[in-house]
Amino acid sequence: MAFPPADASASRRKAGPADPRPTQFVLVFTRATIRDDSKTGIIGALRRTASFIAAVLVLLGGSVAWHPGDAPASLLHAQGSPPPAPLMLITREGRRAVPTTVVSGQELIGLDDLATLFQVTVREDALAGGVTLSYRGRTIVASADQPMASVNGRVVTLPSPVVRSGRRFLVPVEFLTRALAPIYDQRIELRRPQRLLLVGDVRVPRVTARIEIPGPPTHATIDVVPQSTVAIVAEAGRVLVRIDADALDLSLPAAGGGLIEQVRVGDQQNTVVLALNPAAGMPRVAQATADGATRVTIDVPSGAAATPPPTDTTAAPRPSPPPDASLTLPRTGFQTVVIDPGHGGDDRGAKGGGGLEEKALTLDIARRLRGLLESRMGVRVVLTRDDDRAVPLDQRAAVANSSKADLFLSLHANASLSPSMAGAEVYHLQLDSEGEAARRQAEADAVTLPVLGGGTRRLDVIRWDLAQARHVSESARLASLLAEELGKQVKMSPRGVQQAPLRVLEGADTAAAVIEMLYVSNADQEKAAGTEDFKNTLAQALYAAIARFRGFSEDQSSR
Amino acid sequence: MQIAVLVVTLGLLGWAVTVGLERLAGPVSDVAPPPAEPPQPTAHITATLFYATPDGMQLLPLRREVALADGVVAQGRQILVAQLAPSPEGQRSVIPAGTQLRAFYVTDRGDAFVDLSREISAAHPGGTLNELLTVYAIVNAVTANLPAVQRVQLLVDGMEVDTIAGHVDVRRPLTKDTTLVREATP
Repeated sequence: MAFPPADASASRRKAGPADPRPTQFVLVFTRATIRDDSKTGIIGALRRTASFIAAVLVLLGGSVAWHPGDAPASLLHAQGSPPPAPLMLITREGRRAVPTTVVSGQELIGLDDLATLFQVTVREDALAGGVTLSYRGRTIVASADQPMASVNGRVVTLPSPVVRSGRRFLVPVEFLTRALAPIYDQRIELRRPQRLLLVGDVRVPRVTARIEIPGPPTHATIDVVPQSTVAIVAEAGRVLVRIDADALDLSLPAAGGGLIEQVRVGDQQNTVVLALNPAAGMPRVAQATADGATRVTIDVPSGAAATPPPTDTTAAPRPSPPPDASLTLPRTGFQTVVIDPGHGGDDRGAKGGGGLEEKALTLDIARRLRGLLESRMGVRVVLTRDDDRAVPLDQRAAVANSSKADLFLSLHANASLSPSMAGAEVYHLQLDSEGEAARRQAEADAVTLPVLGGGTRRLDVIRWDLAQARHVSESARLASLLAEELGKQVKMSPRGVQQAPLRVLEGADTAAAVIEMLYVSNADQEKAAGTEDFKNTLAQALYAAIARFRGFSEDQSSR
Repeated sequence: MQIAVLVVTLGLLGWAVTVGLERLAGPVSDVAPPPAEPPQPTAHITATLFYATPDGMQLLPLRREVALADGVVAQGRQILVAQLAPSPEGQRSVIPAGTQLRAFYVTDRGDAFVDLSREISAAHPGGTLNELLTVYAIVNAVTANLPAVQRVQLLVDGMEVDTIAGHVDVRRPLTKDTTLVREATP
C-alpha cells in the first residue's frame, strides 16, 4: 500500500475547497499516510494509533444523519456511463452480472450492490463524511474526501474516494480487492481485463485457443492454465471441449481459420465449441498435461471421406469393452466397488483398550457396506478379503485393478497416543515428488490410438505402483464426499480430510480413499463400535457417500 | 643458483605432499602431531526433536541438547539416538519403546538412510495417525537438524519395507512434512 505523499496532497487539494470536514479527521489521515511504508518503530505505532482513532471518530459519527447540504462536491451526483461489459461475479453457486458505472475514467460499483452480494452492512457517517461497512465484526471506514479507507484499522489507498450518486454511494471497483478482500472470509479476486470477479473457491482457468496452422489439415490448440480436467467430444461438424471449471477466463481467436469456421463459448459457460467447415473430415483430438497446463490439440483433416460415429475420448480411461459389448446392456459407467477391510491375519491393526481389534471391525463394516451396495445400488462389490487373513497391500490394490473397480475404499480404524482423540478421518493420496513426476510422465507418454470405427482412444502409460497418480482429483472429490456424509451421521475427528502417502492407495488405478472410521484408542468409541446401531450407521454413511460419488462419476463420464 | 633453489623448492613440496597424504590417509605415523582438539565430552548442540502434542494429533518440536559429533553422519547418529530414546519428562514419544538405531548413512545426493531395529514395526501401536507421527518424527528430526539431508529413507533391520505399520509408504526416501508439526504458540 505504497502511497506517495504527493498524491495524497493532490487529492486533498482537489477535495479541499468544498470540504467542510472536521479538520481533525483530515489531520489524522494525513498523519496516517505520511510514512505509509514504515512497518515498524514509533512512526508505525503512531500510524496504527492514528488509523484507530480515525476509525473510532468515523464510527462515532455514524449515528448522525446525512445532510445533503453538507456533502462535498465530489459526492454529489456522479454522472456515469456504463462500462463496456458488466462485471461478471463468479461464485460456487453460479454467476451473475454486477452493474458498474464509469465516471471520468474510474469504474465504480454501488455499495448497495456490495451489501447484497457480500452480506455487508453499509452505514453513512455524516460527521466524518464517509461510509462504514461492517462484516462479521470487521469494519471498513471509507472516506468521502480522501481516496483511501481504513480496513480494520489499516489504511489502504483507493483510486478515488466514495462517490455519491443520488441516494447511492459508489466506490471504485478496486475497493473489492483492496478493502473488502482483506476482511472477507472468502477469496475475492478481480480480473479486470476479463471482467471477472471471483469469490470463494472457484476454478476459473485461463483458456487460450489458437489456430496454429490453417491448413488443411487445420491444426488448433487450446491451452488451459492451471491444468484442468477436460472432456472432449469430437464429432462431424464440431468439437466440443468441456473444462471442469466454474467459469472460463477466455481468450479466443476473433475469426476462424482453415477448416475451423469459428471458436466460441458453448451453451454452457465452461465449454468451448469449434465449429467446423462442412468440407472438414473427422477431427482428431488429443490432450496432454505438462508444467501445470492442459493442452488440447485438434487436427481437422479435409474431405468427408468417412464420417464415423462420434467418440467421447474421456469415456475410455481404461481398456474399453470389446465392440460386441455394445450389443448387450449399456454401460452405466459405475459398476464395481472394491472394499478393502484393512489388516487381517497376523496383522491385527490397532487395538483398543477393551480388546477391539481393527482387523475385525474393518471386515464387519465392509460386509455391511457390501450388503447395502448390492441390494440398494445394484453394483458389483468385491472385498479384498472376506475372512481373517493377511493380504499384502499391493494385492489389495491389484484386486481393485483386476476387478476394474470404479471405486476403491480401504476401511481402517485409527489409534492415537491421546485417549481423548476421537472421530472419523478420510485420507486420499498425497503424491511425493516421484509420484508427481510419474503422473506428468504418464501424461506426456500418453499415446492416442485410432480405434476401430473411427475416432481415437488415449492410452496412458504409468508405473503400476503409482497408478493412483492419474486419479488424484477424483479421489480428492471422493474424500470430500465421504467426509461430508460421515459428518452427517458420525463424529468426525478434527483432522477431517487428510492427504498422506498411504501405501494401499498408490497402486489403485481408480478413485480411492482410506477411511479411518473411528479411534479404537478412545474408550467411548471402542464401546460404541461394539453396537449394531453404530456399525449400521457407519455403513449407511459410507453408502450415502458412494451413492453421491456415483452420481458425480457418471456425470463426469457422460460429459 | 636458480637450479639449487628449484631443487630445494621441489624437495620441500615433495615433503609437504607426503606429510599431507599421510595425514589425509588416516593412519597417523609416529611423527604426526597429536589431534589438535579432541571433542569435549561435554560439548553439545541444540537440536530440534519431535514428540507428540498433548492432543496426540501433531508433532511438537522441542529444542534439546544433543552430544556434539564431528561430521554430518556422526551428528546424525547422535540426533537419532536422542530422538529414539525415551522421551523427556512431560513429553510423549511417538517412537515405539525399544527401537534402536542400527545404522545411519548419507549419500552424495543428500539422501539419508536410517536403519532401525524391528521394534519400530513390531511394537507399533497402529493407526494411520500414529504411524504418520512416527515416520515423520524421524524424517523431520534428520532433515530439520542436518541441512545437508533432503530426504530420508527408513529401513527396518537393514531392509527396505513397504510400511512400518501398514499404512504410510516408506519404500522411497521421504521429504520432511511440516504440516504435521505444531509450531509453538508465541
